[in-house]
Amino acid sequence: MVPVECFFVLSALLFFIGVFGFITRRNLIAMLISVELILNSVDINFAAFNRILFPGQFEGFFFTLFSIGVSAAESAVAIAIIINVYRNYHSDQVNSIENMKN
Amino acid sequence: MNYSQFLNMIPEATLMAVLVIVFVADFVSAGRKERRWFNPLVCLLMLAQVLVSFVQTDAVSAFGGMYVTSPSANVMKTILAAGTLIVLIQSRNWLSRPDTSFKEGEFYELVVSTLLGMNMMMSAGHFLLFFIGLEMASVPMACLVALDKYRHHSAEAAAKFILTATFSSGVMLYGISFLYGSVGTLYFDDVAKLLAAGTGNLTMCIMGMVFFFSGLGFKISLVPFHFWTADTYQGAPTTVTGYLSVISKGAAAFTLMAILMKVFAPLTEYWTNMLYIVIVLSITIANLFAIRQSELKRFMAFSSISQAGYIMLAVIGNSAAGVTALSYYVLVYVVANMAVFSVISVVEENNGGVTDMDAYNGFYRTNPKLAFLMTLALFSLAGIPPFAGMFSKFFIFMAAAQQGSAAAYAVVFIALINTVISLYYYLLIVKAMYIKDSDKALPTFKSDCNTKLALAICTAGIALFGVCSCVYDWIAMAS
Repeated sequence: MVPVECFFVLSALLFFIGVFGFITRRNLIAMLISVELILNSVDINFAAFNRILFPGQFEGFFFTLFSIGVSAAESAVAIAIIINVYRNYHSDQVNSIENMKN
Repeated sequence: MNYSQFLNMIPEATLMAVLVIVFVADFVSAGRKERRWFNPLVCLLMLAQVLVSFVQTDAVSAFGGMYVTSPSANVMKTILAAGTLIVLIQSRNWLSRPDTSFKEGEFYELVVSTLLGMNMMMSAGHFLLFFIGLEMASVPMACLVALDKYRHHSAEAAAKFILTATFSSGVMLYGISFLYGSVGTLYFDDVAKLLAAGTGNLTMCIMGMVFFFSGLGFKISLVPFHFWTADTYQGAPTTVTGYLSVISKGAAAFTLMAILMKVFAPLTEYWTNMLYIVIVLSITIANLFAIRQSELKRFMAFSSISQAGYIMLAVIGNSAAGVTALSYYVLVYVVANMAVFSVISVVEENNGGVTDMDAYNGFYRTNPKLAFLMTLALFSLAGIPPFAGMFSKFFIFMAAAQQGSAAAYAVVFIALINTVISLYYYLLIVKAMYIKDSDKALPTFKSDCNTKLALAICTAGIALFGVCSCVYDWIAMAS
């Protein structure tokens, strides 16, 4: 069986790619994709820990299922909001929504 | 399944009923031009909800320990429901405009469903229910921020809010997954027991806790995680900003305290050091930024960041007195902040949607009553005796100082110095209203009866919660 460390490294990589993308990308959709990477790394963690470290239970699997469902709801709302931003500003770039600084 | 378990979650069940009734009422009456009865109906339902959650129950758990309620959580639910009631009362002025009146129902439904999520979050006994409650609170909140969808600033604020909210819940979930990998369970009680017994990898648990803390830190907008706050508060509709700054912050702060004290109790030495740094940074940096603001909602955003720092002071006491002090502080903060936001909201309506501080120059000359109420609320926020704000700050400092270590005393001392700084910037508004004179002072206007009612409730709270010791005693006894 694949050792748990491999999953751990994979999910850590995904997580930090997501964080890096969230900070450096200047496009709202790309930022949303980065956040989805973070959420996927969490799902991998839960599923792998449950399967390998605690095989007798289902808590991690259920958490993964719920987390997928909730993140789908979140991205639906996020995309709706980004579309609204696009309608208002005709752009989905971050620097076009910097209008509130003094 | 035993359906009678639902009777154990009375606040949530009644809130669900309120949500359904509001939804049906909105659905049936959609398209009518005037719906005068709608706001009073929602306010009455919410009042019933406050009274229902006021009836205290003992600690019960339902659904195999997923849902756990404690008397202190019940007190907090009552306080937050009362705060929401004030928000709903004063929202009418904003919702009766022609460009917003068709969204009245949506606003009520979203507010009630966020409150339902916060209640779930506060009485969770498992990280899964906690996570779902948190999302139930923050996803509709993003819709609320975006409610004014044809105004550019509202769309911008909502985009910033939803992206940081999802990012922070991702970070938080990553922390929870570490915790799960380390101890193998997610029930709060079991995690605490296993951590105390030394099961699992300590480094992993600490990492999990830090990620978890930073995730919730975003929601409370403590300082290294506060970047979204100013823009979101400024861009959101004023009523929503008020709701965001008191209710959602209070719920998240209470949950963070409960989890730190209950689940992470064996790691107390690690999280207290973390809290010291975060509190000092939150209070100091937010105060320094608040001085420079000229936009009132942005100003209140920084003020609320520093208030969040004060709220977290209660946690370092790590005692029952800390829990009481936090609930009391949130109660007083709710009335004071809602009074300020009611005034901001009615001034905004009469000033063409602008909330600059210049609009308040000479405000006392034209609208003396509103200026006076605003002054009372600001004094309470700054902590000037005899208003309630002074007592709540006193209890918070006492709870923190009881921890006894030199570092705790140092943090309390820094917080004390910061109250003086905060007094300075709150007085800037008072100065604009009373001393600065302006040819373009806002003309005299009459506020509608809902704003008057909300202001009366808030002012009564500011004046009485401090001097009537029964309020503090009630919270202390119940929790």
